[in-house]
Amino acid sequence: MCGTCGCGSGENGVRIQNPKDIKTHEHTHSHVDAKGHVFEHSHDGHFQEHAHTHEHEHVQEHQHQRKIIDVEKDILHHNDLMAARNRGFFEAKNIFALNLVSSPGSGKTSILERTLKDLKDTIPFFVIEGDQQTLNDANRIAAIDIPVIQINTGKGCHLESDTIYEAIKKLDIADQAVLMIENVGNLVCPSMFDLGESKRVVIISTTEGEDKPIKYPDMFHTSDLCIINKIDLLPYINVNLDILKQYALKVNPKLEFIEISASTGEGMEVWYTWLKKNRNQPKN
Amino acid sequence: MHELSVALGIVKIAEEETAKAQAKNVELIELEIGALAGIDFESLDFVWPAAVKDSVLENAIKKINILEGIAKCVDCGTIFTINHMYDSCPKCKSNFKGILQGKELRVKALEVV
Repeated sequence: MCGTCGCGSGENGVRIQNPKDIKTHEHTHSHVDAKGHVFEHSHDGHFQEHAHTHEHEHVQEHQHQRKIIDVEKDILHHNDLMAARNRGFFEAKNIFALNLVSSPGSGKTSILERTLKDLKDTIPFFVIEGDQQTLNDANRIAAIDIPVIQINTGKGCHLESDTIYEAIKKLDIADQAVLMIENVGNLVCPSMFDLGESKRVVIISTTEGEDKPIKYPDMFHTSDLCIINKIDLLPYINVNLDILKQYALKVNPKLEFIEISASTGEGMEVWYTWLKKNRNQPKN
Repeated sequence: MHELSVALGIVKIAEEETAKAQAKNVELIELEIGALAGIDFESLDFVWPAAVKDSVLENAIKKINILEGIAKCVDCGTIFTINHMYDSCPKCKSNFKGILQGKELRVKALEVV
């Protein structure tokens, strides 16, 4: 047995090991196989095959090149790691970070504008805007005198945690602040990418129809709060909010709802109360 | 089209693991993807050639094990197959459930040379 890490050393065949359990180090050892061959070799890790430097007396070739690596790694591992890093940063500075997600045109930026105007004297806000193209949204936020960074994803359909990491380094966020991350307008892709946010807020507008939550279940499943926007339009459209909520609760029974109109201001106070209450809640 | 990000994540893992194993190429990559993981398999196939080009995965065979969704009802404990996130418990109709299987998105193994 290897003295450094306790690995077995009697095998000549393919070894299937989990690389996560193995430390990389250089060591040399020898072992003897059933036929009395002595193998001497060095490892600088444990996943590679034995390099057989000894002379063979028998004629057959060894076919030792092919190896199986037991990876067992999450594909979004890198995103999750960077998200955890962001989350740690937010918690250390007591920053309340919200990831705002929705389809394009549901009113994310309008809600944000109104919220920032109404609360900026009581809460320090910082904003990250995600869009494929243009600085339009960031300009709207900057016009209210709120520090903002725009991320243009180009062809990308969602924000990822490493881009948020770069953005927060540039933002120089104050302690106790509220960070609003406005994701790319897309009800599908952003659901899979944790940004390190404290809470995820999905916004749906009344004009989008009541079955959105079951048509795009992943986003509603991963959100903490659902803001229903444009309720001032309810008299003109044929939408039943109770059905919408029932659908959403089927996907996520813990989802909370707030009904608002960012243009008339109706319901905004309820949203502000939610924001202040959750901001002050101790982290788990 | 988050499948491109997913494919690039797979390439990143394969590159790292192949380098660690001091191998050159991947012959076979085995993935485990849950039916509720939010992956459209046709989209993944579509972006795959572009994502793996000039990487260790360029000539690799891609094998996907699809894991069906399994949930456990929080209220009555029934374990049931779940095809959609909005499926409720077949026994007590509760919407409260824990997903036991089906959200996986994993590189399971690589066969390298």
